[in-house]
Amino acid sequence: MKPLLSFMILLLLVTSARAEDADQFRGAGGLGVSKETNLPTKWSATENLRWKAALPGKGLSNPVIAGGRVYVTATGAYQQNRQVVLCFDVTTGKKLWERQVWATGTTQCHPKTNMAAPTPVTDGERVYALFATGDLVCYDRDGDLVWYRSLVGDYPTVGNNVGMATSPTIWNENLLICMENAGESFAAGIDKRTGENRWRIERPRGINWVSPIVIQNQGQAEVLFQGPAGIEAHDPNTGKKKWTAPKLRHTAYATFTFGDGVVFSPSEKFTAFRPGKGAAEPEVLWQSIKLRPGYCSPVAHQGLVYVVNGGGVVNCADAKTGEIVWTHRLDGTFTASPMLADGKLFVLNEAGTTTILQASKELKVLAANSIKDTFLATPVASDGAIFLRSDEALYCIGAKK
Amino acid sequence: MTRIMLHCGACGLLWALCATIGSGQDVASLLIRIKAVGKEGVGNVEASKAWKELVAKGPGVMPDVLAGMDDANPVAVNWLRAAVEAIQDKAAQTGQKIPAEKIDAFLKDTRHNGRARRLAYECLVRLDPKTPDRLLPKMLDDPSSEIRRDAVAVKLKDGKDSKFDSTDTQKKYFHDLLNHARDRDQVNAISAELKKLKVEIDLTTHFGFVTRWLLIGPFDNVKGVGFHNAYPPEKGFDLKSEFLGKADAQVRWKEHATEKPLGMIDLNEAVGKLKGAVVYAYAAVASESERAVELRAGSNNAVRMWLNGKEVYFREEYHHGMEMDQHVGKGVLKKGRNEILIKVCQNEQTDSWAQLWSFQLRVCDALGAATPVTNMTEKVK
Repeated sequence: MKPLLSFMILLLLVTSARAEDADQFRGAGGLGVSKETNLPTKWSATENLRWKAALPGKGLSNPVIAGGRVYVTATGAYQQNRQVVLCFDVTTGKKLWERQVWATGTTQCHPKTNMAAPTPVTDGERVYALFATGDLVCYDRDGDLVWYRSLVGDYPTVGNNVGMATSPTIWNENLLICMENAGESFAAGIDKRTGENRWRIERPRGINWVSPIVIQNQGQAEVLFQGPAGIEAHDPNTGKKKWTAPKLRHTAYATFTFGDGVVFSPSEKFTAFRPGKGAAEPEVLWQSIKLRPGYCSPVAHQGLVYVVNGGGVVNCADAKTGEIVWTHRLDGTFTASPMLADGKLFVLNEAGTTTILQASKELKVLAANSIKDTFLATPVASDGAIFLRSDEALYCIGAKK
Repeated sequence: MTRIMLHCGACGLLWALCATIGSGQDVASLLIRIKAVGKEGVGNVEASKAWKELVAKGPGVMPDVLAGMDDANPVAVNWLRAAVEAIQDKAAQTGQKIPAEKIDAFLKDTRHNGRARRLAYECLVRLDPKTPDRLLPKMLDDPSSEIRRDAVAVKLKDGKDSKFDSTDTQKKYFHDLLNHARDRDQVNAISAELKKLKVEIDLTTHFGFVTRWLLIGPFDNVKGVGFHNAYPPEKGFDLKSEFLGKADAQVRWKEHATEKPLGMIDLNEAVGKLKGAVVYAYAAVASESERAVELRAGSNNAVRMWLNGKEVYFREEYHHGMEMDQHVGKGVLKKGRNEILIKVCQNEQTDSWAQLWSFQLRVCDALGAATPVTNMTEKVK
């Protein structure tokens, strides 16, 4: 009985630790919704700051957190020729290691973005970092190289002088990447243990920063890609195409979200749809032209959808009908996607003000907290804290441990 | 807690022991296995095993790993970089000695790979933060662009902070520094200092832009076909040639010289505001010796470049931003006459931000210093 009890306790610890991970773009599951609770609602550059770590360069990527470690990417050196992965202790903020690769692809981009725009992803044992240069690298939790690839070395025309920003995600043994650009465009499932291709499919050429997400449809996993030819669902294990929605063309910036079996897509019209069976086209539930998000990806939670646009208009809509429940205007310019956690919506503007709204049908502004810095990366929550990544630093907002 | 400490201590001791006595394959064969990484992750599994063995050998192998970068491809260079970083981290944790003298000697041998030498420099800086003060003043002409950049930055800051005996001394200081600088931002910063002293620098000449060209066109690029079609100018240069161009219009070579900053050629001005069109620009330059060069172009349009009839670069991308040196083709100048051809394609986008049809091109070395050439492009009689 005693070993079984120990096993159960260990399992509980592992399970609860997993629930708090923020393992990819927009946190666990990539949907912008965290299970973290008791998060701080009041902070400044000094108040409720658990730790702050300087970063060697800019990045639009959010930190990813698992197994007591925080991984973050940055770009540095003249003309962004160095791509950097850093690892910090989640409790103390102590830098555990830093690794760099020299860029092998073009570093030209729009001034709004940079080479550390894609967010890395971690499975707890390893971290997988993709840069806009096409450099793709995997380190273990101690900073030892597991494998490295230059996607530009593999496919020489890959590149986009505006910059690339699509983040990878993981399904089983597959590291799922989407490289739509001005050259050879493709999506691939890469063996996360070795870095070798498991499958690879062609994608349309052009600018696209929409990150893939994995959803469950009829008990099957599907990875969704959105581009100028609409949305495609593929088997994440094989790359085999499952269904297409050609009318749901992308807006190039924000990515989907998913909840209660419904996908919410920032297409030319913001669209809620239910994926169909087999190869059938999805059932469009509603569309709205009022819910255009700009750069910020939407959040869906408990029957409501929250959409923030670049000018700071926050819309809360009924997830079943698309009808606007409330609208609230915030000051500033917004690039970071909102995060929902602890029953609250955290909306961060570029100047460093995070407005906390109650995540409910009733509009209620709970707090606004400022740190004077430049923030374009999406906030995430883990370990009872909120992690904010600015151009120059990583902030861990939470009570000291 | 004590058990954990003992465990950590034992691991450290084991690692240090392995590092001291060496194990498994020799360093050379491990480097070969790492440098065999191929496209699409082929060879990663073997390289990963070799990487672990290499790192386990400890800091004594650092000079060998750095030297291994000399003939490694850019992918393998990054694998080896990670090895050096990991070895130095582990050595710092276990107290292992880094062979600083050998790394210093490696850095000073400028025959080695520039990136490897830069990494050697960073290893030394990590060991001794005063390393830049010791080394950078002598590295203004370093063949590693990153090292040279840091050396120029120090000298530029010193120049700005200094009080000079005379304006002439100050002018000479910044003039000399300008000759060492290669990166555009530093060249601009030094030029700005000289401008304060009433000295104007002709940056078009400084960077080596070609300003006198022969142009021919337009040829058809409706639906982007022209980027892929090899029109007659790609098959050889003859000043007297006439061809059927876009919409069957007769086209012939015509002279075009520019006085715009940084050698910019506006094809909307030179040829006409056209969409779905291709223009070729040709220049002949004379070199006093055979030498490796880079043709560096900037253009918002899709471009192809040839040097002496050999294609050295192509990029089919439209209106995603223009930057100096964004397109780089590598080739070799012959002693005597050399022919440069660039094809600049305009697409059919109607957006207001998609109307530029222009290019600039310069001839320089791998670090970006202008290559001394004489423009001997023919004149149209």
